[in-house]
Amino acid sequence: MALLMVRDLSLGYDSRAIVTNLNFTVEEGDYLCIVGENGSGKTTLMKTLLHLTSPLSGRIVKGDSLSGGQIGYLPQQTQVQRDFPASVMEIVLSGCQGRLGRRPFYSREDKELARQNLKRMGIADLEKRSYRELSGGQQQRVLLARALCAAGRVLLLDEPVTGLDPGAARSMYELIADLNKEGITIIMISHDVEAVLDYATHILHIGEDNFFGTKEEYMERGAGKKPAKEGGDLA
Amino acid sequence: MIAQLGLYLSYPFVRYALIVGVLIALCSSLLGVTLVLKRFSFIGDGLSHVAFGAMAIASVLRLSNQMALVLPLTVLSAVLLLRTGQNTKIKGDAAIAMISVGALAFGYLIMNVFSTSSNLSGDVCSTLFGSTSILTLRPLDVWVCGILSVVVIAVFVFFYNRIFAVTFDESFAVSAGTAADRYNLLIAVVIAVIIVLAMNLVGSLLISALVIFPAISAMRVYKSFRSVTICSAVLSVLCALLGILISILAGTPVGSTIVAVDVAGFFLCCLAGRIRGGA
Ligand SMILES: Nc1ncnc2c1ncn2[C@@H]1O[C@H](COP(=O)(O)OP(=O)(O)O)[C@@H](O)[C@H]1O
Ligand SMILES: [Mg+2]
Repeated sequence: MALLMVRDLSLGYDSRAIVTNLNFTVEEGDYLCIVGENGSGKTTLMKTLLHLTSPLSGRIVKGDSLSGGQIGYLPQQTQVQRDFPASVMEIVLSGCQGRLGRRPFYSREDKELARQNLKRMGIADLEKRSYRELSGGQQQRVLLARALCAAGRVLLLDEPVTGLDPGAARSMYELIADLNKEGITIIMISHDVEAVLDYATHILHIGEDNFFGTKEEYMERGAGKKPAKEGGDLA
Repeated sequence: MIAQLGLYLSYPFVRYALIVGVLIALCSSLLGVTLVLKRFSFIGDGLSHVAFGAMAIASVLRLSNQMALVLPLTVLSAVLLLRTGQNTKIKGDAAIAMISVGALAFGYLIMNVFSTSSNLSGDVCSTLFGSTSILTLRPLDVWVCGILSVVVIAVFVFFYNRIFAVTFDESFAVSAGTAADRYNLLIAVVIAVIIVLAMNLVGSLLISALVIFPAISAMRVYKSFRSVTICSAVLSVLCALLGILISILAGTPVGSTIVAVDVAGFFLCCLAGRIRGGA
């Protein structure tokens, strides 16, 4: 059974539709990249998958392995967070909040998990630093470590490289690709189609005409149907 | 001066008042960081006006325990404001402005029309700016304040990690299975309780200062959520203690003295932050 199956999904706010007729399937181990212009509804789709907003119509079928708290989410950064007084450890530890249950405080295992994921992201030495003093790339790694604490199987990443310089963006992509190779399913939103084609297995394009298929199908379609390079107006 | 202070402190009631003042200061500082960062400050402000309106009704009705009316009304408004605030941004802001200004006008109106007190402007003034002297706090108020403060502190400590999670990143919190709505409600209710408590100490117009100053002062100096929270609690308690002592000795109004000390504390923290940042 597929990890995630979306059928005839319509998205929007207050019954105003933004995206209609969305169909796609995600299998375990896939690397799905969601592309589309600004405001086309990519973030809304991700929030709908996470039940943060409800769909207007259609179905989202989740496989067994996704049923309980197995999704790690890296939201688009907000302005508030950029100058929030919090240490790196405090933020990564908050990824364990789903494991708290009825306990008020984090356990030693939670802290150990947080440290492991910091190490995995290559930022073990930043543990005690203040989040707002880190570089953009470091901040994104912290949020990725937090997402990993929440779930080991599936990650939903909303524009993880926005605002990073090309070098930091590239190493962020490498990091995500490594996680995918370890077997973690990746669903990522990105502006940067060119870069993403190096890593993704599937592409979902949201816009006037929705497209879903493998990377190869997407590239053929781009070369055949569309006259100009579509990446231009997406960037 | 020391002798005079000693004389005052020899009255048990002054000591109780001091303890309660400290407890209220401690409570009000705890949620300051959340309030500032979640952009909830406007709710705090609106609620303080609602509390004023409720207080006016209570004093006109000559209730022996005004808190019995003021607390439920303010908590109810907190819940309503949170609801409207979440719907659409602009409508929510307008609703808060309407409720808070309406409550202020209505409160003054009924005090003016129905009050039989000979000193109306004195009554209004002490509701807005707090008692002129901490010695006018009554024993019942002191006990209610003390108990509520302890409850607020216990709730904050118990839910500390969730409050942090919801404040830092609500979307992520929901995706990780935290019922953010419930914690937002909890935060709003606790804020309402704090406002009603703080009203006894500093009056309704100065509450926001008591809640927000320690938090923004601490944010100048410290960089993790926990150290900011601890620092703002310590700072708030120190300022309240100093303010109360000064007001007893100099005979100044309690509320504005405490807030004045808070403002001084803020400038000191700015300076400390500069020095730390520069070094
Ligand atoms: N909370 C909301 N209420 C109403 N409309 C919204 C809300 N959030 C986003 N929108 C609208 O939905 C559309 C899609 O937004 P979004 O999903 O953030 O786009 P993207 O992430 O693809 O840039 C935009 O036109 C935006 O204005
Ligand atoms: Mg977006």
